Amino acid sequence: MTALVIRNLSVRLRKGPPLLRRVSLDLAPGEVRGLVGESGAGKSMIGKAVLGILPPSVEITGGEILLEGTDLLRLPPADRRRRIGASCALIPQDPLTALNPSHRIGPQITDRLVDILGWTRRNADARARELLAEVQIPDPDRVMRSYPHELSGGMRQRILIASAFAAEPRLIVADEPTTALDVTVQKQILKLIAGMQARHGTAILFVTHDLGVVSKVCQRLSVLYSGMVVEDARVADFFRAPRHPYSAALLAATPKYTDPTAGLNPVPDAVIEAVRAEVAAFDREVAHG
Amino acid sequence: MPILRILLLRLLTTVVTLAGVAVIVFFVIRVVPGNPIAMMLPPGATEADIARLSALYGLDKPLVTQFWIWVSGVLQGDFGTSISTRQPVLGLVLGRLPATLELSVMALVMAVVLGGAAALTGTRYRGGRTEGAIDVANGMALSVPDFLWGLILILLFGVLMPVFHISGRVTPSLDLPFSTNFYLFESLIRLRFDLWADIVAHMFMPALALAIPLAAIIGQLLKQSLKETMNLDYVTLARTKGYGETRVILREALRNAALPTLTLVGVQFTFLIGGTVIIERLFSYEGLGNMAIDAVINRDLPLIQGIVLLFAVIFTAVNLIVDLLYAVLNPRLRHA
Repeated sequence: MTALVIRNLSVRLRKGPPLLRRVSLDLAPGEVRGLVGESGAGKSMIGKAVLGILPPSVEITGGEILLEGTDLLRLPPADRRRRIGASCALIPQDPLTALNPSHRIGPQITDRLVDILGWTRRNADARARELLAEVQIPDPDRVMRSYPHELSGGMRQRILIASAFAAEPRLIVADEPTTALDVTVQKQILKLIAGMQARHGTAILFVTHDLGVVSKVCQRLSVLYSGMVVEDARVADFFRAPRHPYSAALLAATPKYTDPTAGLNPVPDAVIEAVRAEVAAFDREVAHG
Repeated sequence: MPILRILLLRLLTTVVTLAGVAVIVFFVIRVVPGNPIAMMLPPGATEADIARLSALYGLDKPLVTQFWIWVSGVLQGDFGTSISTRQPVLGLVLGRLPATLELSVMALVMAVVLGGAAALTGTRYRGGRTEGAIDVANGMALSVPDFLWGLILILLFGVLMPVFHISGRVTPSLDLPFSTNFYLFESLIRLRFDLWADIVAHMFMPALALAIPLAAIIGQLLKQSLKETMNLDYVTLARTKGYGETRVILREALRNAALPTLTLVGVQFTFLIGGTVIIERLFSYEGLGNMAIDAVINRDLPLIQGIVLLFAVIFTAVNLIVDLLYAVLNPRLRHA
């Protein structure tokens, strides 16, 4: 059974313009799918819709989100919340703001296990220690007693990764998990996520604007423009021959650190106009039923 | 270690503050027109009578000398003798202090409970009619001053629906077995719930009148910072863990949102203690504030000085407690 299937998901600002336009994608168990696109393309919005954390200003107008066959959008709110808590997790973007400053680290890893899944405190603590060791944090016992402000950004991101894997979720949404980090730390964290993913066999929706990251950790990717999936491809095929002109231009625009003389290749205006026309055509089609 | 440093620093600033208060109150009440001797003498007293009585209370000496006599007495624990009652000031003031403390703390507890409940409910149902209703109630509570609330309460629960006592601290005919003046506290300790109920029935309305405006301030500020906290990343992360709205508010947001409110409560609590002066008068409640008004009317200089100094000590203590609480609630300060 597929871990996650999204069918025709449409989201819009309440009484406003659409933010996601009939997005469809699927994710096999243990698969990593990159969601790429420029800012505002809706890539984070998909992750938020899956996890049920869309802002109140936004509403889902149609579609299905099937988590292991169950449509989350048809579940009563309390059931949906518990279901998501039990089998999904989030690796957030900014480790500096994603930990509660007044709670110690230990409870922030074990809270879901104890409060939602009903583990004993002792088992949950043992599990947290094990996970912290797995994300290569020295002296897990001391770290569990620490407050977030006593730890570095890289440490905190490791903790958040450990916490995301705590309940062995079927699906993790990684929302630009390396964007807020130092370039030197980015690589380690990326390697860490890839390693954890491989060991635990967790499916990951990997939101990023960095195609370099996609090439390293993902098997498939969806390219988004203005809330519309313009290309859905296997990563190997995509990097060899992107099918859609917009995603080809996006790939060409990726800066190459190995060749500083190459300069920047912004997405050409003609390509932007073409993809905008596509979005407009889609909207017209929707409007006419 | 840091808590000890806070305490030491506070002790130093407290000494300076109290010295300043002593100077100001001493000279200001002597500049203000009216003098205690005139209040004491019967009509038709002669110049010689006035001079004799002035000498008796040391009021004929130069101001600076008088100040010196008073200060050196205070430093030895002698706050002088009340002119109007001819009793030692310290005993009078300390005898009334428990009544005012109990009233203020009761009012503070009411304000925190009412304001906290309003803020939590408003946050839980934010953006809807419930929050709107809470905002309107807050606005009304805030725009009416405490003494007017006192009058409204007297009218409602003292006259129209007489469920509470409107005057005094305890029914005079009751036999009180207390050895301290902390009636409310001691009646609980002694398990005399009959007396406790009577004391609460006396204290309820003045405490509520003091509490309502503060509750509104707490409710507004706490709701504001709760709503801001609810948009932070760690709250969003907690939602994905499966927590419901109420638990997210209580577990994740409340403690962090309470910090700015706490500072404000400290400042407002000192205003509340100031408010006891009028409220105690209104409800004939035998506390420090009521005594302060009598002392001013009688131009009882030593008593005024004693009461003002004691109020200054209370204000400093309240601020110290707030600072310590802040350090306890905020782990970032504890280790700094």
